[in-house]
Amino acid sequence: MLLEVTLSGVTLGGMYALVAMGLTLQYGVARIMNLSYGELLIAAAFAALWFYTGLALSPLLGLLVVPPLAFAASYAIYRVLLQPLVRRAKTRDALEVDSILATFGLLFVIQGVMLALFGGAYFSYSFLSFPLQIAGATVAANRLLALVLAVVIGLGLYLALTRTRLGTAVRAVAVDPVAAQLVAIDVRTASALAFALGGALVAAAGVLVSMFLTFNANLGVVFTLKALVVVIMGGVGNLLGALVAGLILGLVENYVAVFVDPGLTLAATYAIFLLVLLVRPQGLLGRTGR
Amino acid sequence: MMRFTRRALAGLAATALVVAPAAAQDKVKIGYAISKTGPNAGGATITQIPNYEMWVKDVNAKGGLMIGGKRVPIEVVEYDDRSNSEEAVRAVERLITQDKVDLLFPPWGTGLNLAVGPVFNKHGYPQLAFSAVTDRAPDLVKRWPNSFWLLGTSGQYVEALTGLLKKMRDEKKIGDTVAMISIADGFGIDLSQAARKGFTEAGFKLVYDKSYPIGTQDLSPLIGEASRSGADTFVAFSYPPDTMALTEQSKVASYAPKVMFLGVGVGFPMYPQRFGANVEGIMSLGGWSKDNASTAAYAKKHEEMFKRGPDRWGSQVGYSSLQMLEQAIERVGKIDRAAIIKELQTGTFDTVLGKVKMADNMMKDNFWLIGQWQDGFFVGVAPQRAGVGTPVVPKAPWKP
Repeated sequence: MLLEVTLSGVTLGGMYALVAMGLTLQYGVARIMNLSYGELLIAAAFAALWFYTGLALSPLLGLLVVPPLAFAASYAIYRVLLQPLVRRAKTRDALEVDSILATFGLLFVIQGVMLALFGGAYFSYSFLSFPLQIAGATVAANRLLALVLAVVIGLGLYLALTRTRLGTAVRAVAVDPVAAQLVAIDVRTASALAFALGGALVAAAGVLVSMFLTFNANLGVVFTLKALVVVIMGGVGNLLGALVAGLILGLVENYVAVFVDPGLTLAATYAIFLLVLLVRPQGLLGRTGR
Repeated sequence: MMRFTRRALAGLAATALVVAPAAAQDKVKIGYAISKTGPNAGGATITQIPNYEMWVKDVNAKGGLMIGGKRVPIEVVEYDDRSNSEEAVRAVERLITQDKVDLLFPPWGTGLNLAVGPVFNKHGYPQLAFSAVTDRAPDLVKRWPNSFWLLGTSGQYVEALTGLLKKMRDEKKIGDTVAMISIADGFGIDLSQAARKGFTEAGFKLVYDKSYPIGTQDLSPLIGEASRSGADTFVAFSYPPDTMALTEQSKVASYAPKVMFLGVGVGFPMYPQRFGANVEGIMSLGGWSKDNASTAAYAKKHEEMFKRGPDRWGSQVGYSSLQMLEQAIERVGKIDRAAIIKELQTGTFDTVLGKVKMADNMMKDNFWLIGQWQDGFFVGVAPQRAGVGTPVVPKAPWKP
């Protein structure tokens, strides 16, 4: 039983991590607190649904098509909508406020388009929903896939950020955009790329969660909030932090559900969140003095 | 946030251009505030809004409502209440005082119907709530005689479910253990409270009884615990996203109790669409009569108009309530709201559900409280009265 609960907790945590990784890039590197983040996830979920029910293609194929589209769209959004804000913002705080307001508007635009296209009804479909046995415990294949991709993407991007030249540039921008310019890093391009990459990640998350969650056009905010908790807990801009924080939250939720009371899962989530904020305000793997 | 339908806009343009003769009623203005966005939108879009659109289309296709010997077309004013009770109250007030609508349709859900109740009452508009389930209905009717609570009370559903379980236990088809989970929100709290009492009084043992917060995205821990409890009967008072997740995760975990009762969403058209033959044997609130030609015709029309079927719980009740309103208006022969309310309270109406007469502003034995998917049809299996379906227990095992 412990194994089963742990396994389901890890898969849930993997999903949280997957959902949060894009935001940690957008917020940590591009410094855009993107409130329309969850809407993009839902849009990707609708795209996967359309792939599956409209075109009769595998949502896995959607995983190859939707994230690149989201990358392009996010890149365009950054260049057109957000770069003017970056340019005129005098301080980081000013940019944060401006970006919150701008993406708050964007939230309603994306949501409105989805409502016009699909209405407010719930949607869901079954894909890869067969059970897999792992050491005697059962887990749904689609949820396991989300976990595996979260780990692969998390580690892959972590390596890319720490081992490549471009990754180093992106990290430099995250640490200090002004100083980064002094060493000939194109801050604007690096930020735009980070924002677009975040968009691609959240789209991948949207395609994956659409395989097992029921969604409608109004559900984006749920994911934005969850992602925000994970991002802040893990350390803003830190992909491994998001992975660790997501897994912790998933495990705690399921342990509490089984060994304490399922009614207290939310309370436990926020208790841990508060604890982390008190003890390590920079996040689990975050650095101080950013 | 204000939204006019195209019809309303056209109507407004027409009235702006042509100064209508003031004396004769040349249109009936009906307004409603409903959750087009926010957490209620999912339910409102499936159960409620299609009924409004369909009825208005049906009536206007006939030329309108027959008032004073001539057909008067309906004009609609629609607002989005954003699933927010203050917004709903404001919108309903605006519909009454600024848009000066002749009649109002109710909003979606128990919470919002309770919230706008005082406004409907104060201005004397009939409130035919058909997506609200509350044990306070009998008291509310006394306080607000203009309000009608057509979908019943939590007590009624629990009574029907308990009666059904008792019958199956007497037939030795199930034991007396029940595992129950419920969402920590209005619907789940109300029904689980009533069920806790009802089950215990009927001699059932609640071996697992937990609530979970709204928005829970992994229900496998609860399914695991319910499964380990060894209960014969599994009851979940859940919302649509959880109902979907419970079905899927139960299937993955091969959890197959003898009786599986799930909450809102089992009657939604997407449910059999997603789970196919695996819906077989699953029970929930609502249910249809297999041999009712008029509900079958209603479902067919619904499918043609919206490319999806109705909700097998509230939809038919909703359409019936609109037919009641239509007949009450036509019998009164003018927009006299007090007389319309009186007619609704006392008259007998022809609806898709058959002949309907209010008993203390509520429906009595007009629709099924508990249904079960059998051969791809959501059959009414409780309460016990003529035409009731026989429940199939144990539930069929999951198919891969």
